[in-house]
Amino acid sequence: MREIIIIVLSAVLVENFVLTKFLGICPFIGVSKKINTALGMGGAVIFVMTFAAAITKIVYDLLLEPRGLDYLSTICFILVIASLVQFVEIVLKKMVPPLYKALGIYLPLITTNCAVLGAALLGIERNYSFGVTVLFGLGAGLGFTLALVLFAGVREKLEDSDIPESLKGFSISLIAAALVSVAFFGFQGLF
Amino acid sequence: MYVNLLVSASIVGGLGLLFGVGLSVASKKFAVKVDERVAKVRDALPGANCGACGLTGCDAFAECLVKGECSINGCPVGGEELVNNLSQILGVKAEATVAMTARVMCSGTHQLCKQKFDYSGIEDCLAAAKLYGGPAACTYGCVGMGNCVRACPFDAIVMIDGLARIVESKCKACEKCVGACPKNIIKMVSKCSEYTVTCKSLDKGAVVRKNCNVGCIGCRKCSKVCPVNAITFNGTLAQIDPEKCINCGECMKACPTNAIKRFKCE
Repeated sequence: MREIIIIVLSAVLVENFVLTKFLGICPFIGVSKKINTALGMGGAVIFVMTFAAAITKIVYDLLLEPRGLDYLSTICFILVIASLVQFVEIVLKKMVPPLYKALGIYLPLITTNCAVLGAALLGIERNYSFGVTVLFGLGAGLGFTLALVLFAGVREKLEDSDIPESLKGFSISLIAAALVSVAFFGFQGLF
Repeated sequence: MYVNLLVSASIVGGLGLLFGVGLSVASKKFAVKVDERVAKVRDALPGANCGACGLTGCDAFAECLVKGECSINGCPVGGEELVNNLSQILGVKAEATVAMTARVMCSGTHQLCKQKFDYSGIEDCLAAAKLYGGPAACTYGCVGMGNCVRACPFDAIVMIDGLARIVESKCKACEKCVGACPKNIIKMVSKCSEYTVTCKSLDKGAVVRKNCNVGCIGCRKCSKVCPVNAITFNGTLAQIDPEKCINCGECMKACPTNAIKRFKCE
């Protein structure tokens, strides 16, 4: 039990995909203008990551590994992720149209969000059991959401602050992102 | 070896097939009903996505039209034909539209308007205009670096000898050029108000004459010959009221500097 908690917590904090592994930077910068859309994006990524981790684990264990087809894992995983993202898009369009509009192009871009593929590949590489893989995916998704929401909060504050003309927009966002990332390195010695 | 190939290919192919079927089932189950008129209206629109309607693009305008929140006259690009089509699709009565066009209120080509200095900076009207009001002696006139040409999505503006000219037959009145001009000399007018004072200079007559051969010097000859009193003056600058103007052309004949030009209405 203790081990599982450590794996999930370290996926959220110590190995935060965005801020310490630098995966999934595109949506991190792109969808972090408002806390609400950041939460929506985070929710979509949590869903995709958890299920991607589960399904890729099944695909790997049942289809690829017994036949020695490890080399196919990347392409198969991308297939899984792409279909999942399409599925989420279809569901969101029906169920939560405002969120669908707010996420815009970044929703289909989860397909190419390397954090999702990274979570799936890392889970396999570390030989986690099925349950732990799912929890690892969930933790990675939670970590992504945490980073996104925290950073969205910072950016909302930035909107109201007096920023030098030359730093306005993306420049100050990148500097802020660096500082948030430095803060997350503080978790390095947690476990 | 071939068995290996076959196995790996069939695994990837099988996965793809499985997910594909799953997705198509999901898309049927979660299908969102779209008003079929939206697609029809969208097809009828010009599709330039120029934003002249005030919305983000033709898709947004189509939705707005079907909801009934936008007027079918809202798209200046499509003209009368579009309004008729839309009124057929939506069952809304067409209102009469006035065809508009952009017009450059300046005639100062490099030959006709003196230059203060040779400008060799970046090719941008705003940048050039910031430097002592631009290279032209007249600070009100066309800078001639072609910001409007680049802004026009319909290739309706040409640069001739340092002066932007609008090909009115191509102009769709999207007003992109109006915003692009740092000197504010492009105005929207009705295509059929044929006579226009193509000058914006508020300088005194003597100054205008010194700087430019085709500027309005405020001599008031035009207002004296106008049979319907359509010409008023803003200081030393003549203005023709399009509501009153009857397109008789007397003012153009009277103008000593040729600042009044005729733009033929098709």
